[in-house]
Amino acid sequence: MPVSTSADALDEPVQFVAPDGSPGPADGYDPARLDDRLGELYEAMVVTRELDEELVNLQRQGELALFPSCRGQEAAQVGCASALRDDDWLFPQYRELGAFVVRGIDPAGIGLVWRGTWHGGLGFVERAVAPLSIPIGTQALHAVGAAMASSRLGDGGVTVAFVGDGATSEGDVHEALNLAAVEAAPCLFYVQNNGWAISVPVAAQLRAPSIAHKGVGYGMPAVRVDGNDVVACLLVVEAATERARQGGGPTLIEAVTYRIGPHTTSDDPSRYRDPAEEVAWAARDPIARCAAYMRWRDMWDDTVEAGARNRAADLRHRLRSAVVGAADPPAAEIFEHVFARPTAELVAQRAALLDELGQEG
Amino acid sequence: MATMTMVEALNAALHDALEADDRVLVFGEDVGVQGGVFRVTDGLHRTFGRSRCFDTPLAESAIIGAALGMALRGFRPVPEIQFDGFTYPAFDQIASHLAKYRARTRGLLSVPVTVRVPSFGGIGSPEHHSESTESYWVHTAGLHVVVPSTPADAYSLLLDAIESDDPTIYLEPKRRYWARGEVERGARTAPIGTAAVRRAGTTATVVTYGGLVDVALEAATVAAAEHGWDLEVIDLRSLVPLDFAAVAASVQKTGRCIVTHEAPRTLGIGAELAARVQEELFYDLEAPVLRVTGFDTPYPPARLEAAWLPGVDRLLDAVRRSLSYDDA
Repeated sequence: MPVSTSADALDEPVQFVAPDGSPGPADGYDPARLDDRLGELYEAMVVTRELDEELVNLQRQGELALFPSCRGQEAAQVGCASALRDDDWLFPQYRELGAFVVRGIDPAGIGLVWRGTWHGGLGFVERAVAPLSIPIGTQALHAVGAAMASSRLGDGGVTVAFVGDGATSEGDVHEALNLAAVEAAPCLFYVQNNGWAISVPVAAQLRAPSIAHKGVGYGMPAVRVDGNDVVACLLVVEAATERARQGGGPTLIEAVTYRIGPHTTSDDPSRYRDPAEEVAWAARDPIARCAAYMRWRDMWDDTVEAGARNRAADLRHRLRSAVVGAADPPAAEIFEHVFARPTAELVAQRAALLDELGQEG
Repeated sequence: MATMTMVEALNAALHDALEADDRVLVFGEDVGVQGGVFRVTDGLHRTFGRSRCFDTPLAESAIIGAALGMALRGFRPVPEIQFDGFTYPAFDQIASHLAKYRARTRGLLSVPVTVRVPSFGGIGSPEHHSESTESYWVHTAGLHVVVPSTPADAYSLLLDAIESDDPTIYLEPKRRYWARGEVERGARTAPIGTAAVRRAGTTATVVTYGGLVDVALEAATVAAAEHGWDLEVIDLRSLVPLDFAAVAASVQKTGRCIVTHEAPRTLGIGAELAARVQEELFYDLEAPVLRVTGFDTPYPPARLEAAWLPGVDRLLDAVRRSLSYDDA
């Protein structure tokens, strides 16, 4: 497979589908094998885009406190998650809506996090997805530990640490890459290089020629992939995953993409970047590219679009009805998940709060 | 029953835990082939193999973060941080994830990780090797904090911590590592969250833990011989859960409470206990709760640690001050 521990191969991202949808060189992979899955990938990206829009709307309507949009990164996320087994553990940051859609997480469980109903994510761990991780890059170490666990269990599991370009500056990510390499852990480091860490461009984040180049220093195969080409993302992750399952150790994957929207609904990108950049990247839209490619591969008909939009509409409705006016959890729950058995202090503090609120214990 | 040092008792506990449960893993810096810088993990690597007891790269945040990842997949990791002063690089993993993961998953996942840390001062170590870190962990909701003072407790409490579904910070007082005591292999002393009355007395209550238990007992001997004071010495054994009932029962009896720890005074355990005692036992008190602690300074160089550390004289001075309220 075309991954390399030498720096030479890391300059140009792997791409099978050009921005206009035309197929490029297969480069040792077999993109045609994915023809039957293109409809499923397209649908997941459309659902991601529409749920993302709905979540932004819900925030603007005051139903959510905050939301970090993944607009523009749908192919990177859907392609990666679609290459994995359902029981391969994912360790997301907070912008992986596309991966959550592929995993079949109820969008209500995502919306309620940003509403402030509960931390972390509801319905996540049941689907082998760790809770959202807001301290940047910290979850990469959990992914390595879980991969080391899989090695010991012999379950063939592969874990994926989702990190961003900014996270590659964090100590925990360096420690994770090194530990995974030393342990030959079945762990993928999937870096979505979306160009911006809030307001800091990737050029101010590192001096290496690319994020993937860092793999050389860790003794780890690395590959750059066009993060707006869902076919390339899936095939690159699939190849790395198969190698990891067979004991070949970790891979560093840099998916080159772009955060079309603000960092979160609280952010204003006009303060730090040229809107022309957003326009240029919008022309590389991953969803339109997938549709054009499907036409090229003769896999497109009107039912694809209709099916995707119908499913998206269903999930939007489900999200909206679960989130709008959702009841708050009982205040007593604040105390419930601190320890397996609450301390005497927590029992007393819980009683004091309930008394203050005039509620029954 | 066998006589063991605390190091041997801890080694026995790790051995027995590894033997009893395949999910137990021991790892950290130099814990494998070398058996740990204090030899606490001596022989485990040979007996249980590299997959159960292994060296990690020199990266404390990685040690804790990876432990958490293993725990998510059903293991019961027992990582070692080589010295107290090196827990700080792992602070984020402990405070943001280890302590909170149960809450972050709304109770669905527990992270039964026992973080062993050779801790505290008193053995003439270089800088960053003598820190008292307990207040950080006690102040972080979601962690059990255990500090043994005898070989028997070291053995028993470590096994309890490993079996617990809650994450535990297990602080081993280095200065007691080589002290000997009777240990009954396979037996438990008392569950985590149970204090021990190390010496019964009526004059005043001295509350402490870890390396200062022995100092308090020595002070009590001197106090009895030279002053006729009959001190009660309470060894907390765990700071979370805190056996405040044991403290309260003693203070109700003596009317006087002195808390002693190596950690700096401000916002130490002594501050918490002083607050609790005056809140809950105001009318039982004959004197204010007093603290005998390290100073609010960086831990001093080895040549000055004897002056810095709370010792018998400073503790007896506090007893004298407490008793002086009778004369007022």
